[in-house]
Amino acid sequence: MTANQVALSYLIAAVFFIFALKGLSHPETARRGNFFGMLGMTLAVLTTLVLVASGNLAMVVIAAVIGGSIGAVIARRVEMTKMPELVAAMHSLVGLSAVLIAVAAVNNPVAFGIPVPMPRGNRLELFIGSFVGAITFSGSVIAFGKLYGRIKWRLFSSAPVVFAGQHICNLVLGVAMIACGIGFFIAPDAGWAAFSAMLAIAFLLGVLLIIPIGGADMPVVISMLNSYSGWAAAGIGFSLDNPMLIISGSLVGSSGAILSYIMCKAMNRSFFNVILGGFGQEGGTAVDSAQKSVRSGSAEDVAFMLSNAESVIIVPGYGLAVARAQHAVKEMAHKLAARGVQVRYAIHPVAGRMPGHMNVLLAEAEVPYDQVFEMEDINGEFGATDVVLVLGANDVVNPLAHEKGSPIYGMPILDAHKARTVIVNKRSMAAGYAGLDNPLFYLDKTMMVFGDAKKVVEDIVKAIE
Amino acid sequence: MNGVADPVVINLTVFVLAVFVGYHVVWTVTPALHTPLMSVTNAISGVIIVGAILAASPATVDFGSLMGALAVGLAAVNVVGGFLVTQRMLAMFRKKAPRAGAAPAKSSAGH
Repeated sequence: MTANQVALSYLIAAVFFIFALKGLSHPETARRGNFFGMLGMTLAVLTTLVLVASGNLAMVVIAAVIGGSIGAVIARRVEMTKMPELVAAMHSLVGLSAVLIAVAAVNNPVAFGIPVPMPRGNRLELFIGSFVGAITFSGSVIAFGKLYGRIKWRLFSSAPVVFAGQHICNLVLGVAMIACGIGFFIAPDAGWAAFSAMLAIAFLLGVLLIIPIGGADMPVVISMLNSYSGWAAAGIGFSLDNPMLIISGSLVGSSGAILSYIMCKAMNRSFFNVILGGFGQEGGTAVDSAQKSVRSGSAEDVAFMLSNAESVIIVPGYGLAVARAQHAVKEMAHKLAARGVQVRYAIHPVAGRMPGHMNVLLAEAEVPYDQVFEMEDINGEFGATDVVLVLGANDVVNPLAHEKGSPIYGMPILDAHKARTVIVNKRSMAAGYAGLDNPLFYLDKTMMVFGDAKKVVEDIVKAIE
Repeated sequence: MNGVADPVVINLTVFVLAVFVGYHVVWTVTPALHTPLMSVTNAISGVIIVGAILAASPATVDFGSLMGALAVGLAAVNVVGGFLVTQRMLAMFRKKAPRAGAAPAKSSAGH
């Protein structure tokens, strides 16, 4: 293959990746888009293999087969509730690959078509690609630990880890990392010492940047690391003079950045407020619910109200997924629909633990996607709805968000309080992530049903006749 | 103006334009598919495997090519795992199921 042929087939691969993202604008076109993505990847890999055909391909093939098999098994087995963990783990792999490629490039520039001693420009690009990769790697490992939640290690706990002088410490490390990068840039030899020191600091920095961020902010963190992993790939593309890598990395980088923005907006937090961290360390303290009275009811009451309603909107929160109640909810919706009740679902952007998570969980339970609505599309409908059923959600339906002076003032919420009747299922009266009481629970038209979401919904299903 | 632009400048041009393309394409993604978007971007960033193959393929096996082979393995997890898990998720997104009767024409019965 000539250099031009290689460049052209890389270009086709890059265009296919754009199709893959473009397809996701609608569930109907998404599968075809994903197919284009696979096609693009196959083309990119085959082209590269032809390019290095004279080399030692055995090791490449063995490594690819091992990695690919692991990937295939994980993709088949992973539970949908564990998607955030999987995505975090995958970010870390991209980050680590970027670092390893950079190390290989410093070790043997000729394999990448870079002259020896390595020119300054390549050094700068390698520096950028590898430090972003290193931060992505260690940051994603911490994010994975926080999401997984079963590793009893302080750094992996969902509560933020904060200490005095944290931001100064990070700043100093950041400056030191750049200084080492400059050392690598001007080194007369390969520059291993400065390069390794730079990498070590970057790994440490990745850990320190993520530990102060609390579990509730994980949707932002995952999106942010998604973005970093893209920039790391783009950085490596610069070092290898490979436009396809640059394009793919930029697509991923901007995608992650947009998702971070959307998540921040949905939580009414500024990006800097999230990454500086420390939010939610006081945890969900039970609030002064004792003096105010709530009306509580049984599953039978709920079944009666639901089956006599004309329209019902279900507001699912992550509590629903924790209780694994999605299938029961779908069955309930099915029974209600059979009785002529219009059932829809309202999804807040941060309903799950990553962007779009709740949609996937509902889709897995075979809830048709045309019954599932985004916040902007359904918020106007609550006023004309007979019954809203809130399952395992709290802050996203807290009307305090409309009141000036409240800590969550300005956060976009689902206007559940506008419905004629509100039914809320919760395990107890404990506050949500924001640590706030929720006036919705004390409204005259609100009925609370306490208990595990799955048990409650199953009882409702039994009671609907 | 004489000669050709430095490759770095050309790469920078590609980079800036690609960021714009990414920005506009990603805003068209429906929020319902943001999780598949993340997993497919995981797979796409696995294209770094191209660099890893270059690193792993020199005829003489040394430290650098071993690092490259490791990178090939890691990136392959992303490539294969990312696309397959996206496919699995996308297959779950269905319209109102035709089976199990009673369901159709309900939306009109509402009000």
